Amino acid sequence: MHEENPYLDRAARFISLLKHTQVLGMKISDASADSLTIELPYNISHVGNPTTGVIHGGVLTTLMDTACGTMVINALPEIELCPTLDLRVDYVRAAEPNESIFALAQAYRVSRNVVFTRCTVHQGDVDKPVANCVATFMRIGSHLTPTSMKDVLLGKAGI
Amino acid sequence: MAIFEDTLKQANIDGDYRPVVDLIPYAKLIGLDFDRFGQDVIFKLPDNPDNIGNPILPAVHGGVVGGFMEMAAVIHLVMMMDTPAMPKIVDFSLDYLRAAKGGRDTFAECQVVRQGSRVANVVINAWQTRREESVAIARAHFLLAP
Repeated sequence: MHEENPYLDRAARFISLLKHTQVLGMKISDASADSLTIELPYNISHVGNPTTGVIHGGVLTTLMDTACGTMVINALPEIELCPTLDLRVDYVRAAEPNESIFALAQAYRVSRNVVFTRCTVHQGDVDKPVANCVATFMRIGSHLTPTSMKDVLLGKAGI
Repeated sequence: MAIFEDTLKQANIDGDYRPVVDLIPYAKLIGLDFDRFGQDVIFKLPDNPDNIGNPILPAVHGGVVGGFMEMAAVIHLVMMMDTPAMPKIVDFSLDYLRAAKGGRDTFAECQVVRQGSRVANVVINAWQTRREESVAIARAHFLLAP
């Protein structure tokens, strides 16, 4: 489908592997060597405050964890499973109900052991963020990553 | 939607917060449950295949663990404060200590470290087998006044 963009392919395979991202309805809308965007359409089941219809912060946490984690997959030379070490989020304004949210993630430093990422959640205007986050991921090494997972992400095996 | 405010007010009177939680769609989506032991509250995230992130491990999606802890803190504050409004989350800092394994329930407990007139600081501990073996610990600030 997107043979010209291996980053998009790899990212799409990764998130389709994660059951809960499918339950929420996330899709990759953009991917490159440097950045990644995931779109999450509004859904009534994501609401945390029934009075306002605003989605719960936990949905944003999951979106940002997924966006940063997928960016890590694309930032490394080989497929490596990297557990999240920590995630720090500022919720700067409530998301508008009935509108998609977008998570734009970048890996700003890849070291031998740790990948440092940041992510902004917005609703079309990146200068009007809904949330900002930084997250760090531990590299466990490609040799410790299950082969079955590598095959799925490289498109050699189905999910 | 005044139903939710009315339910919240009623819960503040009779101390039964289950109808409040039942009206929060995200709590239902992840399956959040709780039990009260006097003033103590333990929150529960029952094992659910829909909450799995990586199926090869398998592990609960880290975001769901975070969302569960955030939701637990909100409900904990609502229970302790007798306020007619939902607290708004300002920031959240989450340390993942172990994978939350699929096939197991996850639990959480909250502690209000400081509650001022406008802001509350809450720490949350999440575990699966023993509370000393945390799968994640978190700290959050909430705005209390609407």
